[in-house]
Order: sequence, then C-alpha cells, then structure tokens
Amino acid sequence: MSATLEEILAQALQEIEIANDLSALDTIRVQYLGKKGAFTLQMKTLGKLEPEQRRVAGQAINQVKSDFQTALESRKQALQAAVLAARLASETIDVTLPGRGQASVAGLHPVTLTLRRITKIFSSVGFKVEEGPEIEDDYHNFEALNIPSHHPARAMHDTFYFDAHTLLRTHTSPVQVRSMEKYQPPLKVIAPGRVYRCDSDVTHTPMFHQVEGFLVDENVSFADLKGVVYEFLRAFFEKDIQVRFRPSYFPFTEPSAEVDIECVMCEGKGCRVCSQTGWLEVMGCGMIHPEVFKSVEIDTEAFTGFAFGMGVERLAMLRYGINDLRLFFENDLKFLEQFN
Amino acid sequence: MQFSEAWLKELVDYKIETGELVEQITMAGLEVDSVQPAAADFKGVVVAEVMSVTAHPDADKLRICQVNVGEDESLQIVCGASNVREGLKIPAALIGAVLPENFKIKKSKLRGELSFGMLCSEKELGLAKDADGLMELANDAPVGTDIRDYLSLNDQLIEVDLTPNRADCLSLEGVAREVALLNKIDFSVTNYAAVSVEHQEQLAVEVSDANACPRYLGRLIKNINIAAATPLWMQERLRRSGVASLGAVVDVTNYVMLELGQPLHAFDADTLSGDIQVRLSQANEVVTLLNHQELKLEPDTLVIADSEKVVALAGIMGGSETAVSDKTQSIFLECAFFNPRFMMGKARQYGLHTDSSHRFERGVDFELQHRAIERATALIVEIAGGSVGSITDITNATTLPKQSGVLLRQQRIQRILGVSLPNSEVDDILKRLGMQVETTTDGWLVTPPSFRFDIAIEADLIEEIGRVYGYNNLPQSSLLMRSALTQAPEALLEIDQIKDVLVARDYQEAITYSFVGEALQKMILPNDNYIKLQNPISSDLAVMRTSLWCGLLQAAAYNTKRQHSRVRLFEAGQRFLGIDVEQQEKMLAGLALGSVNAEQWGEKTRKVDFYDVKADVEAICTLTGCEIQFIAAEHSALHPGQSAEIKTLDGRSLGWIGMLHPTLEKQLDFDCNVFLFELSQDVLLDRKVPSFSSLSKFPSVRRDLALLVKEEVSFQDIKDCIDQCKETLIKDVKVFDIYRGQGVNEGFKSVALALVLQDKTQTLTDSEIDAIVNSVLDTLSSRINAKLRD
Repeated sequence: MSATLEEILAQALQEIEIANDLSALDTIRVQYLGKKGAFTLQMKTLGKLEPEQRRVAGQAINQVKSDFQTALESRKQALQAAVLAARLASETIDVTLPGRGQASVAGLHPVTLTLRRITKIFSSVGFKVEEGPEIEDDYHNFEALNIPSHHPARAMHDTFYFDAHTLLRTHTSPVQVRSMEKYQPPLKVIAPGRVYRCDSDVTHTPMFHQVEGFLVDENVSFADLKGVVYEFLRAFFEKDIQVRFRPSYFPFTEPSAEVDIECVMCEGKGCRVCSQTGWLEVMGCGMIHPEVFKSVEIDTEAFTGFAFGMGVERLAMLRYGINDLRLFFENDLKFLEQFN
Repeated sequence: MQFSEAWLKELVDYKIETGELVEQITMAGLEVDSVQPAAADFKGVVVAEVMSVTAHPDADKLRICQVNVGEDESLQIVCGASNVREGLKIPAALIGAVLPENFKIKKSKLRGELSFGMLCSEKELGLAKDADGLMELANDAPVGTDIRDYLSLNDQLIEVDLTPNRADCLSLEGVAREVALLNKIDFSVTNYAAVSVEHQEQLAVEVSDANACPRYLGRLIKNINIAAATPLWMQERLRRSGVASLGAVVDVTNYVMLELGQPLHAFDADTLSGDIQVRLSQANEVVTLLNHQELKLEPDTLVIADSEKVVALAGIMGGSETAVSDKTQSIFLECAFFNPRFMMGKARQYGLHTDSSHRFERGVDFELQHRAIERATALIVEIAGGSVGSITDITNATTLPKQSGVLLRQQRIQRILGVSLPNSEVDDILKRLGMQVETTTDGWLVTPPSFRFDIAIEADLIEEIGRVYGYNNLPQSSLLMRSALTQAPEALLEIDQIKDVLVARDYQEAITYSFVGEALQKMILPNDNYIKLQNPISSDLAVMRTSLWCGLLQAAAYNTKRQHSRVRLFEAGQRFLGIDVEQQEKMLAGLALGSVNAEQWGEKTRKVDFYDVKADVEAICTLTGCEIQFIAAEHSALHPGQSAEIKTLDGRSLGWIGMLHPTLEKQLDFDCNVFLFELSQDVLLDRKVPSFSSLSKFPSVRRDLALLVKEEVSFQDIKDCIDQCKETLIKDVKVFDIYRGQGVNEGFKSVALALVLQDKTQTLTDSEIDAIVNSVLDTLSSRINAKLRD
C-alpha cells in the first residue's frame, strides 16, 4: 500500500519541523527531492497515467513539492538565525574593560600648552618666532635696552651673574635687540623662552617663562599696540574681557603701559586673586624707545614700533585656575597629568 | 610711598571720593598698591582728663580714677596703667564704646570697685602694635572731643608704587601737584618766608666734587631745646607715612622730606670739628653710621666730612658720632642737591637703602633746596626754638642741571599715539604739567619745570600727553600693516611635532630648572665642564646643567617617592657647556622607568628595556627622515653594556641612549632600572626633504636566512657586511628572530634575517636571487665567520 501524497507531505513537514540543524534539514531535502526521493518517485509514476490524469496528478505533486520547499526554506532560515544568534551570544565581550596596549596618559606641560596658544594666535597674523641665548651679555639684556649700569630699573631685575658682563637673561627683551640687529624692518616677531631672576618665594620662582613680542614698521602707533594686545587677550581667554592700559615705566619703551584685565576669577567684582581690585596685571608694553632703535641703528624717523612682554606662568595660572606658581617646576605627575 | 589722604587734601582741595582718587591716579601712572584706614574701626572714645587717682583697696596694681569726660559729672574708672596720674589727658572709652576687634565696653566691677569705662593705650585703639601705658595726649587737648576727630583718624593711608621715572611724586607736594593737574585745579607751591637770621656764625663748606654735589646749603641753629616734643599732628603724619618719630629735629627733617621731597640731615654741631667738606672718600676711610653699622669705604664714595673724619655718606645716611642726641644744643642743618648720576647704585653697594638714598638716586628737584631749608628751619624753631644762623650756599651753576627746551612736533604725536589732538589741547596739557611752552612752526618748544628732570626728549613729552589725555581714551586700531606670507621651511622640523610624538608614546612633558646642584651635576656628568652662578639662590640651584638628565632624574625620583612606579618624562631645553651663544645647545631628553605599559588586564606586564626606549627614539627620528646609527659606546652616566651614541649616517653626533649606570641608580635611590636618552635638537630637527623615486612594477621577493654567529657579533656588523656587498637590489634587511639554546652552541646565537629583493626592470629569477644571496653569504662568512644554520 502506497501512502497518499497528503500523507507524504504531512510526514515530510513533520520531519522538517523536528530537524535541529542544517545538515539534518539537508538530509530531509535529499530524502524527498533527491534522485530516489519520495516526491521524485511520485513524479516518476506520472508516465504511467493518461494525459488528462497526468496533468491533474502532476499539478498535485508540484503543489506538495512547493509546500515542502517553502517549509524547508523557512525552517532553514530559522535554523540559520539561531546559529547566528548563538554565535553572537558566544562572542559577546565586556566592552567596559579598558583598551589594551599602551594607553597614553601623558601630555604637555601647562607652560607649553600656554606658549603654543600664544604662538598660534600671533602666528595667525604673521608674527615669526625668534629665540635667543639664555646666558646673555650685559649689553643685550640691559645696555641696548636703555638700562645703563646703576639704573634703578636694574635693582628690580634681581639678576643671576656668571661674571661682571655675563648673566642669565632677566627677560626675553634681549631677543628684540638681537632680532633687530639681524633683520631689517618691517618686523613682526614673538620671542618665547625661559628667563631667570634671583628671587624665590610663594609668588616667585627663580626661573619662569616670558613671551616678548614686537612689531616695527613705518607707521605703527600706540593705537595699533592697543588693538593687538586687546585682540590677543580676548583670543587667549576666549572671552569678551575688559582690558585697560595703565601708564607705567620701562626703560626700553615710551610711552609705556601695564595692561590689566578684568579679573577672570571674579569677573571684576573683587576677590583674593585680584586683591579686591577687580583687575589683574597681565603684561607690560609700550612704543619702542628711541634709544633702543639707536642701539640697533634703526632710523626713528623712518620707523616706529611697539613691544610687549608677558609672563607665561601667570597666564597659565589664570587660564587653568592654578593657585601655586611653584607647582610648575616640581614636576609632580599628579599636577602635570591634569593638563592632558 | 605711603601718605595720608587728609594731608594730601590739605595741599590740594579736590572734590572726588577716595575710591575715585585711587582710580584716577592709578590710571595716570601712580599705581595705588593699597588703601587702608588710618586707624582701626572703633567708636565711643573721647578726650578725657584724670582728675584724681586713688589706690584700689584690694589690688596693688589697680588705681581708681575720677575722670572728666566733658560731662557734668566725672566718671569713676578703674585703671591698671602705670603712667596714670592726676592732670593727664588720655583717651577714655565710655560705656557703650566699641574698640577694635569688636571689644565692647560695659559697666563693670574690678575687684569690687565699679568702673564706668576704660582709659586706653595706643594699642587698645589699634594705633600701635605695642604700648607700655596709656596714650598721653597734649595738655591742650579739648576734653569731651571724640578722639577720632581730635586725632583726625577718619583718614585713609594710600600707598603708591612709583615707577623710577616719577621721582617728582616722592613727596606730598608732588602727589598734590599731580592730583591738581588731573582734576584741573590751579596749584602753586607754598613759598616759605626766610626765617629771620639771628647770628652770622657759619661753618665753612668746601665742595671738592661739584659734579656730584652742585649745591650744598648749610646753616647753624644754636641753643635749641632738644627735649621739646614733636607736636602730635606731626607725629601722626609721620606715623601715617610709615616713619617713626625720633625726636623733634630728626622728625622735622623727615617731615620736610615727606612734604617736599628734599632729604635733609641735621648734625650735632658740637661734634663737628672744623670745616665741612663734600668730597670723595679715600681708601680705607671708615665711618660708623646711624644704624651702628661700621663701614669701610670704597675710594669713590661721596662723603660729608669735617676736618678730621667722615661724618656722613652723602645723601644716604649720617654717622652716629655726629648725630643729634638728647645732649645736642646746636645743630648744623644740611640741605644739598646730589646728582643722581653719582648716587645711583651707591647705597646698594654698601647694602643700604634709605628714604634719602631712594630719593637722591631717582632725583630731587634741583631748585628745591632753599625752600626746603627755610621750611625745615621754621619748623625746628617753632618746636624747639633756637637761634638761626645765615645760610652757607655753595652752588655751582655750571654743574647744576639745566632744563633745556625739547622740540615736540604735532605730527609726531599723531604718529606715536595714533590720534590727532587739537593744538589747544596739547597746549593745555603741557601747561597743566607745569611746562613752559613756546609755539614753533610744526609744534612746540617745551621747557620742563625743574621737578620734571625726567623729561629730556620728545618721546618723554608724548608719553606725558598720552598719560594725561588717558591711555584708555586713546584710539585702538585693528592690525593694519604690511604682511608677508609666512615661511614654511620643510627642511626644519618643529620641536612641537616631536613633542606630540613623545606624548603619544606616553611620555609626560616636564620642565625642570636650568640650574642644578653642583654635587648632582658632578655625580652624573663628572667629565663635563660646567659653569657656576656667582649668586645662586641655593646650593641646589647653583650650576648650569650640562645635560637635561640632571633635572629629569630628580623629577623622576620625586615621583617614585610619591607612589609612582612607572614614570616616563621628557623635557626640551638648553644645556650649557659654556657662556658663549654656541655653547648653549638645545636638547631633547627623555626618561623611562617601570613597566613598559601602564598596568592593565590585557597584556603581560614587563619592565621597560633598552629596546623600548630605542623604539621611541627611532620613532622620533623617523619624523626627520634622517637615517641614524646606534654605536655601542660608554658614557659616564650609563651602563657600559647598555649604552649607545646616536649618530647620523654622515657622522654628526645626535645624542646618547642607555640605561642609567647601576652605581648612579643606587646613589639616586631608584629601585629599578632607568632608561635615558638625550638628543641635540639642532641635529634632530634638520630634516631631509623627501625626494621621489619611481615605483617598481615587478614583485619583490623575500629570502629568509638563519645565521649562526658568535655572541659578540652585533646586528650592525651583519648589516655592514650586507651593505658592503653593494647589492642594489636588496631593498630591506629585517631581523625577525634571535635564538639561543638547543641546537646553538654556547657563545653563539642564531640571527634570523629576511632579505627583501626587488628590481625595477624585471621579475627576478631564482638563479638571479640565489646569486645575490650567495654573494651576501660569502661576505658574511669571510668577514664575520657567519654560517647558515642547518
């Protein structure tokens, strides 16, 4: 007794249903559709039938074959999805663990960060970076800057000496002289670097950093100086900050000014950092003194210029809220790593 | 300089409040450092008179006083001060008074006796730090008056930080002149009438250096009452200027100095012998100064001497022997002009700095001396009496400074300040500054007053105009100037790029002092010549480093002592082999100690070693495009078996790399190996600009060789051999393994090499490749006895 088509299909569908993996499913496919498969054998019986019966019977076989294949395909997709899901589950990791290998925690010193920003701002309008020796001669550090020996301004410089004429530069201003000796105007230069003063207490370290900047051209005025300083300070603090120019005295500039900014800690209301004044002194500046031009043989009738100088640690302290100058040179990693 | 606002107000009647005044003079260049009340906050204290004093029945040290405080009835106040006595005028705090630090006065009982207030000392009123009794007021002090009014304590002490060019403001009169100018108030100085002369006795004065001392005035005042007390108002003004009261005569000289800016000196005339000489000191002269310091004089110091001895350092300090004392009867009053050029640096040379030297160094008005001596004489006579003699005046008109006219061009004002000011405004500012002004074709001829001796050139005048006009009123312009395109030299690497690579490789940037301790410098670099500071701040910061390793090792030790077991630092900065510019070399140095990677879960921990640090150096050098070589060499600071000098292929020395010498490791207290490198920035940053060579279309071939060589043969030796073969088709030589152990005899190692060959014109055949490899093997075999491993 041979089973009916419906019975074969029912049997096949049941087998598909219980197949657990792709290879079992493939065995079922062969079992029904292979050369000796149940459906294949059914097709072979068609030849014995009358044409009219053959058509009807053929359609019936094709219908069950199609039902079988649909079921097979659907089961195959389900099994594939299960395989993928199992793989994905097995491959799941703890993504919150730290990355492997050399994870850099290092960074640049806050003085370098500050110097880079200052340099970037001035470079954007064509200022060139110049450097000079840190062991200077008396001429470039003082004489050429209109500070003759015994000038009261020398007393404020607390100079480190090697001999009567050789010293550690007390400011970056000698680079101004050296640059003007080397190049002809027009000149736009900034000179960052280490400077030294024989002074050490809570607010002084014997070494610190300055940036000197100067510009010499045919028609440079105090108004240009004000503009440059003002724009620089706003760019540096990224704030629409109040700036004021206060008359002061430096032997190498005239007119000379100290530049105050509105206290960045209290926004000018008055606090401990600004000694309740609401203002912070951040740089000195002025028009280059005729005596300085004379010492580098630049014609004061043809050229005028301005110069400015600022303390890098001071700006870094204000920018990053550092409250102790001495931290800069202790090189404590707990301090340095805060700026990474 | 510190002064009392009430005193200033007496000289110039301005209408603005203290805060506004402070802002105004600060913005005119007299920077105000601080403003403090003249007295601490207190209230309820009046002038009182002690009517009677009786002993306290139960306390030896207490007295019961009846005190007149200006009321109908006197008050009983118990007092413990030793100087309390009948008739004394004192400050009395009444019931309800609040003394400084919120000390409230209440009715109280002291050992059973009622006390209705407190008699006060200067300390209790916050006027002095210490007091040894009640504050004694003048006999004519009006009883009942509030002590704050009587002593003008509602006053502010203003301290200005004067720049060296503004010596004209080192006096109340100078500040008053400035305030008048800023507020457009007419100001003229008081002319002190000459005091009537009562005797003609004079001391002869001889000035032998008229350049240093162009004017010397002196006068004898005889028979003064040296015991006369300085009036309270003067004592208070001195106190508020930070000057101690030291007796009437000295107080007057100090007062006139504060008031007018002219330092004076009073000698005890009876201690002077013979004439007065103003001369330069001679070798080995000595003088004992007022501060009891005994000085041996340098031969070029301006001194005041009598016929026998030096009696004062001119303009700096008087001698103790000739000083006014409580026995003085007659004084010789000196009022001179010393030229600042001869005074500069002199006081400092002797380690001195006085109010007088401060003023003379920066300059005193050379026309002030007659006014000042008359003012001082009048005050001395007023307080201490005395018979005034005529003035000895030694003035040398030729050496006295002269104020000559300075040309000021209208157009130059605009060029420097960037603003076009109307002539009338310039004129007004100059005149308010006390300048004499003549109009010229293109500007002005300006003669400064004698007190503005700092004005000598056009720029000085332009600064004054800008200052008075107000810097903040001057225009501000955007950067309008010629601009050239920025240069971008490709053959020069920027140090910033290298710093970034080091940071990416986990090196933290450090900045250490350029000077180090001599012992450390000698310990690490015993062979280097270093230079010493003449005046170091401490022995730890005494010599200039000849290597950045000094500072980095200290910084590393600082951190290892603070629980950091892994430290990686670098620094860029100069080292100093001498004082010449070319001996100041810019270096880049690094240090690594501890595990190679920060502690983590994913990789096995391993200590950093030579090759790790070498890879870092190689990474930096890759940026420059320059090829380098590592040559085994010894360095005083490094382990002799783990150190190399780094050179460019053309032989320039780039620097050193290696492990810190174990002896130093121990001396510096490290408990692990420390690796160091230091490179010359100039050599490092000298970059090769890349140049293109055509690409080969044919495949490359790799041949691996395992070479057996003796232990002492270095990779560099092998590489040199291969290079010597001059096989141009060998494009690369890689080491991919070093093996020692089974199959390799003791004293030998197996080096696994990969040769990469490529031709630009064809695909290499096996026979061509074999020929090249064989040629290499022959060379390796003959030169370094290398054998192919079976």
